[in-house]
Amino acid sequence: MGRKILFITTDQQRYDTLGCNGGTIARTPVIDAVAAQGIRYERAHPQSVVCMPSRSTMLTGQCPSTHGVWMNGVPLSEDAPSVAEVLADAGYRTAIIGKPHFEPFLDAFARFPENGFSRAATFGPHRGFEHFESATHGAAGPLHYARWLAATHPEVVNMFYPVLDSALEVNAMGGGDTGAPQAWKNNIPREWYHTDWVADRTIAWLDSLPIDDDWFCWMSFPDPHHPWDPPASEVGRIDWREVPLPAGYIADASERERVLDAKPRHWRAWYDGRMVSNYEAPLEWKPSTLTADQLREVTALNAVECELIDEAIGRVLAAIASRGWDDDVDIIFTTDHGELGGDFGLMFKGPYHVDGLMRLPLIWRPAASAGSTAATVTRPVGLIDLAPTFCAIAGLPAAPWMEGKALPLDDGDADARGFERVLTEWDSELWGVGVHLRTITRDGWVCSAYLPGTAHDGTEGELYNLADDPLQRENRWADPALAALRGDLLADLWDHQPAMALPLRAVEAPV
Amino acid sequence: MYGTIRHEIRIARPADVVWALAGDATKLHTWFPGIVECTVEGNMRTIVTATGIPMPEEILVCDDTQRRFQYRITTPIFKHHRGTIDVIDLGDETCLVVYSTEADPRTMAMVIGGGTAAACRELKRQMEASV
Repeated sequence: MGRKILFITTDQQRYDTLGCNGGTIARTPVIDAVAAQGIRYERAHPQSVVCMPSRSTMLTGQCPSTHGVWMNGVPLSEDAPSVAEVLADAGYRTAIIGKPHFEPFLDAFARFPENGFSRAATFGPHRGFEHFESATHGAAGPLHYARWLAATHPEVVNMFYPVLDSALEVNAMGGGDTGAPQAWKNNIPREWYHTDWVADRTIAWLDSLPIDDDWFCWMSFPDPHHPWDPPASEVGRIDWREVPLPAGYIADASERERVLDAKPRHWRAWYDGRMVSNYEAPLEWKPSTLTADQLREVTALNAVECELIDEAIGRVLAAIASRGWDDDVDIIFTTDHGELGGDFGLMFKGPYHVDGLMRLPLIWRPAASAGSTAATVTRPVGLIDLAPTFCAIAGLPAAPWMEGKALPLDDGDADARGFERVLTEWDSELWGVGVHLRTITRDGWVCSAYLPGTAHDGTEGELYNLADDPLQRENRWADPALAALRGDLLADLWDHQPAMALPLRAVEAPV
Repeated sequence: MYGTIRHEIRIARPADVVWALAGDATKLHTWFPGIVECTVEGNMRTIVTATGIPMPEEILVCDDTQRRFQYRITTPIFKHHRGTIDVIDLGDETCLVVYSTEADPRTMAMVIGGGTAAACRELKRQMEASV
């Protein structure tokens, strides 16, 4: 009997939403306790700041340029490698329960297997997972949660926020107390909400396994991704009126706009509502209209969703303990990307490589039987390192197609194994607007180079000192005193950034 | 809001051969993944998707000389739709198939357009396998 792996992901969760990372709004005692026993990573970045490319990186251990999911709506190739397959081949029982999103959700022709299982009342296998049970942010769509809810509790299906508007764009409709976009009062009973459903289904799958089986279970919560529509019964936990504004929010509009103007021009263009470069941001919402109270309410609702996830994880950990598996289970907790969360007056996500979207919560509590010690890792790591980590836990070599390395156990281990840099990519081409950037984070700097696109001529960039400017307010790309440093960072970026796999895979849906 | 999507693919078969399939309104379901049934009455075609949803269409153009087929989906979710399939002779016993989708709302152009990308790949596969 070997080590078992509980891989927990959330969707669009900021680093600072966990108590162990300094968060003060959501109470997250379960994950905080896991972090206290394990390894907490302070500089973990995704290789893409949107869902499908990032989740494909977790599964394949490859960067988007290699696995080919270069933006949302590009399906991961059917024959893409999968760490779940590696583990299954080694005898692991494998499952993914919750949000997968390796293939598009908007699937009018039912072409993608991910969307077909619930229709056929089957549960995989797919991409190395013997059990594939899916959910997303609400009750719509061809996934298991939506079908379960429609079949068992049809009266609550329409209580969720409508994620898309009548034109099938991401909805800008305001709700809640303040009219904040994607804030909503959802009267669904808590026990039917997708967070608890994901935990319930995870427990059910684990309970189905013989005690001696080794297993890899990816428990994938759709929250705290917008819409911010947690069960209304739980909203009173946090009074939004008492929530402090995030540190990254610049209250003074003229100062906010000065900071935005020092960044490449698509930042201000989006803020003013002149350019929406990506489908994930509501087309009809203009960030400059965001009020402080709206931001407080969204922050509070987001925190409620984080608390519900924490409690759901607690139930799953209790179920694991009840099976006597406690000492043999590795727990890894992370998310696919962050959320702007009011930084610079912005919300949601897009081609903005700053901490709100790139700095992720990442915690690894190795199984007690591994005998490792608690640590904090400050060196840069990436989600690309997860797949090799799962292999290492299982006692397997990393597959040759994996591009990362097993996560370091501490900073000394990181230094010894060359964890110097982490790279993040963005590519989008939508309705005549193309944005392309490549980012390197190393030596306490974040450096982004813009490739030619609709709003950029290829000379623009961003350069931030994470120590002196943790909120990335001062873009030092054009600072002559930093020209040599910038050159070194860019040279290192281009030395390590794989070329995009060609031919470019087609965008087959918006998301 | 209006949007357009275009997919093209080069096929190593003569244009006339490819057009014989791509231009046959009754055969779409044989090369468009996710369409399982296709019936034509006059200038009206009804396709059925793999989700079981029937989708009525009006055939606008079926031009054997230009090798152009155009149609529009008439379900109410579309304020506008036009699909265009062009088979262009490249003069070397190969051809270029261009499958364009215009739609309002534009998101539907992407949703339908994703299917047309897969259809282009499947058309190529079938045509080149039949050599």
